[in-house]
Amino acid sequence: MADLTDYTAVKLLSLLQAGEVTSTELTKAYLDRIETCDQKIGSFLRADPEESLEHAAAMDRRRKAGEAPGPLAGLPVALKDNLCTRGQTTTCGSRMLKNFKPPYDATVVEKLREAGAVPLGKTNLDEFAMGGSTENSALGETRNPWNTNCIPGGSSGGAATCIASGMSPLSIGSDTGGSIRQPAAFCGVVGLKPTYGRVSRLGLVAFASSLDQIGPLARTAEDAALLLEVIAGHDARDSTSLDQTVPRYRSVLQQPLAGLKLGVVEEHFGEGLDAEVESAVRESIRVYQELGAKITPVSLPHSEYAIATYYVIAPCEASSNLARYDGVHYGYRTDENVLHATLKQQRAKLSAAGNEQALNDLDSPLVRMYRQTRAEGFGAEVKRRIMLGTYALSAGYYEAYYLKALKVRRLIRQDYDEAFRDVDLVIGPVTPTPAFPRGSKIDDPLAMYLGDLYTVSANLAGVPAISVPCGFSNAGLPIGLQLQGPPLSEDRLLQAAHWFQKETTWHQRRPALN
Amino acid sequence: MMSDKPYKIVIGLETHVQLLTETKLFCRCQNRFGGSPNTQTCPVCIGLPGTLPVMNRKAFQFSLITAIALNCEVPKFTKWDRKSYYYPDLPKGYQISQYDLPMSQNGWLEISDPQENFEPKRVGIIRAHLEEDAGKSMHDEFTGKADSRIDLNRTGTPLLEIVSCPEMYSSLEAKTYLTELKLLLTYLEVSDCNMQEGSLRVDANINLHVDTPQGRVATPIVEVKNMNSFRAVERALDYEAQRQYSEWQEAGKKLGDVPKQTRGWDDGAQVTRAQRSKEESSDYRYFPDPDLVPVIVEPEEVEQVRQSLGELPAVLRKRLQTDYSIKPYDANVTVNQGPKFAEYFIRLAETCGDPQQASNWMQQEVLRTLNEEAWTVDEFPVTSDELSQLLQAVQKGDIDRSRAREVFREMTIQGSTFQQAMQSLGIEQVDQSALLQLCELLLDEFPQIVADVKAGKQQALGRIIGEAKKRNPNVNPGQFRQLCLDLIEQK
Repeated sequence: MADLTDYTAVKLLSLLQAGEVTSTELTKAYLDRIETCDQKIGSFLRADPEESLEHAAAMDRRRKAGEAPGPLAGLPVALKDNLCTRGQTTTCGSRMLKNFKPPYDATVVEKLREAGAVPLGKTNLDEFAMGGSTENSALGETRNPWNTNCIPGGSSGGAATCIASGMSPLSIGSDTGGSIRQPAAFCGVVGLKPTYGRVSRLGLVAFASSLDQIGPLARTAEDAALLLEVIAGHDARDSTSLDQTVPRYRSVLQQPLAGLKLGVVEEHFGEGLDAEVESAVRESIRVYQELGAKITPVSLPHSEYAIATYYVIAPCEASSNLARYDGVHYGYRTDENVLHATLKQQRAKLSAAGNEQALNDLDSPLVRMYRQTRAEGFGAEVKRRIMLGTYALSAGYYEAYYLKALKVRRLIRQDYDEAFRDVDLVIGPVTPTPAFPRGSKIDDPLAMYLGDLYTVSANLAGVPAISVPCGFSNAGLPIGLQLQGPPLSEDRLLQAAHWFQKETTWHQRRPALN
Repeated sequence: MMSDKPYKIVIGLETHVQLLTETKLFCRCQNRFGGSPNTQTCPVCIGLPGTLPVMNRKAFQFSLITAIALNCEVPKFTKWDRKSYYYPDLPKGYQISQYDLPMSQNGWLEISDPQENFEPKRVGIIRAHLEEDAGKSMHDEFTGKADSRIDLNRTGTPLLEIVSCPEMYSSLEAKTYLTELKLLLTYLEVSDCNMQEGSLRVDANINLHVDTPQGRVATPIVEVKNMNSFRAVERALDYEAQRQYSEWQEAGKKLGDVPKQTRGWDDGAQVTRAQRSKEESSDYRYFPDPDLVPVIVEPEEVEQVRQSLGELPAVLRKRLQTDYSIKPYDANVTVNQGPKFAEYFIRLAETCGDPQQASNWMQQEVLRTLNEEAWTVDEFPVTSDELSQLLQAVQKGDIDRSRAREVFREMTIQGSTFQQAMQSLGIEQVDQSALLQLCELLLDEFPQIVADVKAGKQQALGRIIGEAKKRNPNVNPGQFRQLCLDLIEQK
C-alpha cells in the first residue's frame, strides 16, 4: 500500500469503510509522520499518541461490531489550540493559558467526537489567533513546509502546515480576518471560512466575537466538505448561531458548474499585488471560463477601508474578550512573593524620600497583580491590540473609531449584497504575496496587517470564503485563489473549488520534507 | 413639611432588584440565595475562555412585567452592552448590562402617605434595565494578611436596575417610594425584595436646593450607599441633608464645584462616611456585546403583558374602598400587607357579609397573630372560610366578642376548625328554643326582677343574666338580655 498519509480524507474513509485499512493503522501512519516531520515544521503544540490510538482502536472495534460509528469514523483530525478540549490543555499559544485545562468541550469538538473522528493533537497558532505568521505563538515555532525559512501564515499556521506536510488529513482552524484562508494559501491547501454563525463558536476561545468563525482545512474541497458537514449546524448555546439546516455538501459538489457567474473583484488587482500571484489568479479565472463559468467584473468599492475598519473592530472586541485573563481565577498569575517584596521595597524607598504623592499613587497589591500578570502573560502583538481596542473604546474616542468602523462595516456588507445581485461568487487572490521569510515583518505590524487586505472583508461582512491552491511562485511557494459567496453559500464555494481541483493539479504537489 | 427649613432636599433613588428566576441570566445555573460558596457556578458564569451567554427569556419577561407596571415605555429594540472594569468578583472583566438602549424608560410610580404628610404624587422613572450581578468578595482584614475570598454563586444572576428621577423631596417620600416599589414587585411576584439577602439594594443621590438672597442654589450631589433597610435609608437621608446643610454653611460649595462624592451609611454610628473617591472618573468603555443578539419586543407583546398584569396595589386600594366601603386607611393597611393578605381579606369580607367587621378582624386579630408568630399569610393556619364562620357567629350574636377572641386563639394555636374550637372550649351554640326555655324559667323564679324591670330598672336584669351564665356558660349575655326584655314586655 502507498503511503497512507498521501491520501485524501475521502479516499481514506472509503478504505476504512471497505475494511482495507483500520483506523489504528491510519492513526499510526500519521503519528509516525508527525514523529519524523514535526520537529522540522512545528505544527503541533501537543499530540497524545496514546489517546489518539485509544480512540482509533475504539472506532475499529465499533466498525468490526457492525455499528455505524459516524461519518468521520476513524479519521484523524487535528485541532487548533484555541478550541476547548475537556481536561486537556488548551493554550491559545499563550503563556497566559499555558497550563489551562477547560472543564468542557467546544461544540465542534463534541461534534467531531460524535462523528467518530480521532483527535490527533492541538496545533500551533499566533497567540489568541492574533497574527498572520504564527510567529506570535509564545509556545512554539511553526515553519512553512515548502520553505522552512518562510512563515506558514497564520493564525492557523499549525492547522495549515499539518495538512500540507501530511501530518493530518483534516484539521480545524479559526478565521477572524483570514486566519484559515491565508495560511491555507501559503501552505498550498484548501481552507474554508464559513458564514458567520454557520459553525458554533461555543468553546472557541474568543478573539473578536463578531468576526470569529471556525472552519475546515484539508487538501481538497471534497475533504473540506466532509468536515464542514460534521461541524456546521445550529447550537442553542451560541446566540449568534444560525438556525439553518446543513446541506449535504459532498453531494452538491458533484453537480456541474454550468452557468456559474463569477465576479472578478476589480479592487483586488490593484497596487501591492505581487505579479506572480496576479498571473496565477488570472490563469485560474481562465480555468473557470473553460469550465463554463461566466466572468464579469464587479466592484467592492469600500474594500480600501476594510483593513482600517477591521483593525478597529477586532482590537475593540479583543480588548474586552481578553479582560478575563487577569490572574484571579485561572491561568497565569505573576509570582506573588516577588510582587509583595517589590511593593514593599518601593514603599520603603518612597517613604524614606518623603514622597507622599508617589506613595499615594503606588499600586495596591491587587492592581499590581493585574498589571504584572498581564504584562508577563501576554505577548507583544496581543498587548498591542488590547491597547488599540482599549483606546478606541474609551470615552471621547468611541464615536470616532468604534462607531465609525461599525458604519463602514455596514457599507462593506452592502457592497457584497450589491455584487451578489449580479454574480454567484466573487473571485480574486487570498494574499498580495506568497509566504514571506520568517522575521521579515515581525517588527513591522503595519506591513503585517496590510497582508490581510483581501481576507478581512469576508469577516466584516459575515460571508463565507474559501482558499484553494492555484499555483506556485518561481521560488516554489504556493499561491492561493479566493472565492467568496453570499451568506450560506458554502455549498456553492465548495462546488466551485472542487471543479477547479478536478481541472488542476496544484493540490497534488507535496513539499520535499525528508 | 419642608417649609420650616431654609432648603429643599432633592433625592433620586437607584434600586437593584434581584429577579426570582429559576436560573441565572445568561447560563442555566440555579439562581438561589445561600448555598456553599462557588457551588452554583458553571463555565459560563465564571467566565471561562470560549464560553458564551444565552439570554434567559424568563428574566426578560419579569423585567418587561415590572417595566410595564411602572408605566414605562418599552422600545421595540433593546440590546446588551458590556461594562468593563476590573474586580476579582467580576470574572469576565466586564458586566453584561444595558447602556444607551435600555429595555424600558420614562415611567412613573405613584406614592401617597396615609397620614397625608405630603400630597399624593408621581415619581418619575428614568429607566429600568436588566443586567447580570457580580459575585461577592469577602475580605478578611483581621488576619493581617488582607485575605480575600470570592464567591461566584451570585455571579450572573438577573438584576433589574430601576432609576428614579430626582423627584423626592423628603426622606419620607423616599421611604414611601421604596415601600411602594417593593409592594409592587411583590404583587408582580418578580422578586422577594429581601434587603438582608441583598435581593433589593438601594443607592440614593441627594443634594439640597438652598434659598439664598441670590436665589436658589444647588449643593453638590452625594451618592449614599450601604443602606440595608428602608429605615436606614430614611435615617441616612435625614442625616445627609443636615450634614450637607452644615457643609454648605461652612464651605459654600455649589453643584459642579467638586466631583460627585460617594458616602457610605454607618448604621452603628448613624452617620454617613466619605468613601475613598476614585482619583479619576471611571471609564466603563461600554460597547454592544457581540456574543448576544438584540431583543425585539413587539407592541403586541407589551399589550399582552399589560393585560395580564392583574390588580396592582394602587388599583386594589381604590377597589377595596369602593367595593367594600372600607376606609382609605384600612384599604391602605390591607393592601400594604401584600397580595396574599388582601386576597384573604376579600374572601373573608365576601363570605362573612360584613366587610368592615372583616377589616377590623384582619387588622387586629389576624395581623397581631401574624406578627407575634412571625407567620406569612400562607403559614396562617386558619382559612378565611373558617374565620368567616366565627365572624358570622358573632354577627348572629351566638357568641360575644370576648369569647370569639378565645375561639380565634384556639383556632390559631391548634390549627382547628371553627366547630372543633367551639367544641374543645365547651362552647355550644345554644339553640333558640333552649334559650327561650331558660329565660322563661328564670323569669318565673325571679318575679321581683320582672317587676323591677317593668318599673324601669333594667339594670336589675344583671342578676338573671349572671344566673343564666352559671347554668349555661354558652349563653350570650347581650342576646339573653334582649330576650328577657322582650319576654317581660309581653307579660
